[in-house]
Amino acid sequence: MAETIPAGSTTDGVIQVGQPTDARVSAPASYDVADFPVPHGREEDWRFTPLERLRGLHDGTAVADGGVKVEVTAPEGVTVETVGRDDARLGKAGKPVDRVAAQAYSSFEKASVVSVPKETVLTEPVRIAVHGEGGTAFGHQVIEVGAFAEAVVVIDHTGDATVAANVEYLIGDGAKLTVVSVQDWDDTAVHAGQHTALVGRDATFKSVVVTFGGDLVRLHPRVVYGAPGGEAELYGVYFTDNGQHQEHRLFIDHDTPHCRSNVAYKGALQGAEAHAVWIGDVLIRAAAEGTDTYELNRNLVLTDGARVDSVPNLEIETGEIVGAGHASATGRFEDEQLFYLMARGIPADEARRLVVRGFFAELVQQIGIPDLEERLIAKIEAELEASVG
Amino acid sequence: MATLEIHDLHVSVDAEGGPREILRGVDLTVKQGETHAIMGPNGSGKSTLAYSLAGHPKYTVTGGTVTLDGEDVLAMSVDERARAGVFLAMQYPVEVPGVSVSNFLRTSATAIRGEAPKLRTWVKEVKEAMERLNIDPSFAERNVNEGFSGGEKKRHEILQLELLKPAIAILDETDSGLDVDALRVVSEGVNRVRESGQVGTLLITHYTRILRYIKPDHVHVFAAGRIAESGGPELADKLEEEGYEAYVKGGASE
Repeated sequence: MAETIPAGSTTDGVIQVGQPTDARVSAPASYDVADFPVPHGREEDWRFTPLERLRGLHDGTAVADGGVKVEVTAPEGVTVETVGRDDARLGKAGKPVDRVAAQAYSSFEKASVVSVPKETVLTEPVRIAVHGEGGTAFGHQVIEVGAFAEAVVVIDHTGDATVAANVEYLIGDGAKLTVVSVQDWDDTAVHAGQHTALVGRDATFKSVVVTFGGDLVRLHPRVVYGAPGGEAELYGVYFTDNGQHQEHRLFIDHDTPHCRSNVAYKGALQGAEAHAVWIGDVLIRAAAEGTDTYELNRNLVLTDGARVDSVPNLEIETGEIVGAGHASATGRFEDEQLFYLMARGIPADEARRLVVRGFFAELVQQIGIPDLEERLIAKIEAELEASVG
Repeated sequence: MATLEIHDLHVSVDAEGGPREILRGVDLTVKQGETHAIMGPNGSGKSTLAYSLAGHPKYTVTGGTVTLDGEDVLAMSVDERARAGVFLAMQYPVEVPGVSVSNFLRTSATAIRGEAPKLRTWVKEVKEAMERLNIDPSFAERNVNEGFSGGEKKRHEILQLELLKPAIAILDETDSGLDVDALRVVSEGVNRVRESGQVGTLLITHYTRILRYIKPDHVHVFAAGRIAESGGPELADKLEEEGYEAYVKGGASE
């Protein structure tokens, strides 16, 4: 039977749900890496991360040598530019919140800006392919969607690389942006970055973060609202394998009235030393009356030896809200479930697939891009094959 | 005609201080169309018999044979046994988060029948079976056994029995925890399957109550890991009067 572990409890040292602390745990944000001390690993922000596997991204020793190829395929009407550090559109969504994000911001030479003009409704997604060729790189990407425009953007990470890169989403008034960020890296890659969305008046931002690959992936999806009426949906799917560290640290800053946010991240883990970290910080500031927010994290532990740290934090400074809630639960796929399904004639490998597919189905459906959905389902099946043998 | 033959079955479980023998030489033959009630006090090994036949990994068979139409059941994996026609309605059905009842039933029926049932007739078949068991249609979209009440879990087990049409149905304390109305609905479901004449039923129960609804052809008293006495329906009446005391004393060996 799957156990459901309420937020705030601990079981046998494998699954931990932290006590709520101040949602604003980060050091003061800054564009300059020098404003952040080199982390030693005991800080709240860094305590789950194996620093020695960051390949120097955190302590200034990582040296950019290229080796990451970026290709943008955009439908007509979309502008794709490579710009210098002084471009006025950079840094508008928000400052870096940790040393690695600041290192990326301080180190990139050229940034890429993808712009969807106002009132343009794209019928095809913009596809940004980031392919690692074994090097180290710092990057910066801005995706700007004008007022009342609608766009879908897929950022697809593959290959092997050591990358610190930030992404900014600037979503104009009444605009709709869906972003799917796929971390399908080789199992040797290291990827850290901050994805910050600035949501305009009555705008809609939907993010789907899919993490399968990498030796270490550490992402900060963040949302801030520029004006009332904004809506953010943040979905995530991760499949953490033997030896992988996959960390998603979300922050939703409700500083504006009448905005909504909904977060749902789900992960499956298998193999010894698989480690997933999910931090869900939501802050409802005193000014943010009429806020409606919910966040959820679910984990499915398929084999012994995997570890999940799931920490939802909800901090509320006003009672004048529509709703606020969070849930975190970690279940195990257990012998009893396997027995039950097999006792109904279902072979063991199919039983496992049934459970994992069902677990992820509702989130995969959120992507809405058929070829990508199929690829992810195939990927999930392949990950399972690897474990079942 | 399907026949399940259990001969001199010995089963142990791992316990503190080494394996502990629970079944100590069970002999029983169940033929298609027959209903056998197995009754006995708590701890006599009734449920161990049920789970051993289904192949639960917790139980180790240390001796004896089990065959279904001559095929060696003990050599089969859990799913192979189910596909061969052995069905166990569990006393404590397991929650399977993330898997909807409708997906589960269809996957199971596909595995048991060897091909996917035709969608249109399947939907109708499930709907009608659910109606007969007073199961709300919304159950199809709920996760298997998750948040089900005790009675809902049992009705869901019998729903599977009706859809999967096994050769041998083992009902492990299906009556426990049911109120009279639920017991009647569940019993009617079992009787529908029995009336087909295609199933041999092994009805495991602690109480005689369910035997008012499901009439057994044979009654066996289980005590201390083996069948202590066998008879017809009149044996159940005797148990109703006298309880298990005679068997507990006589059969006690631990």
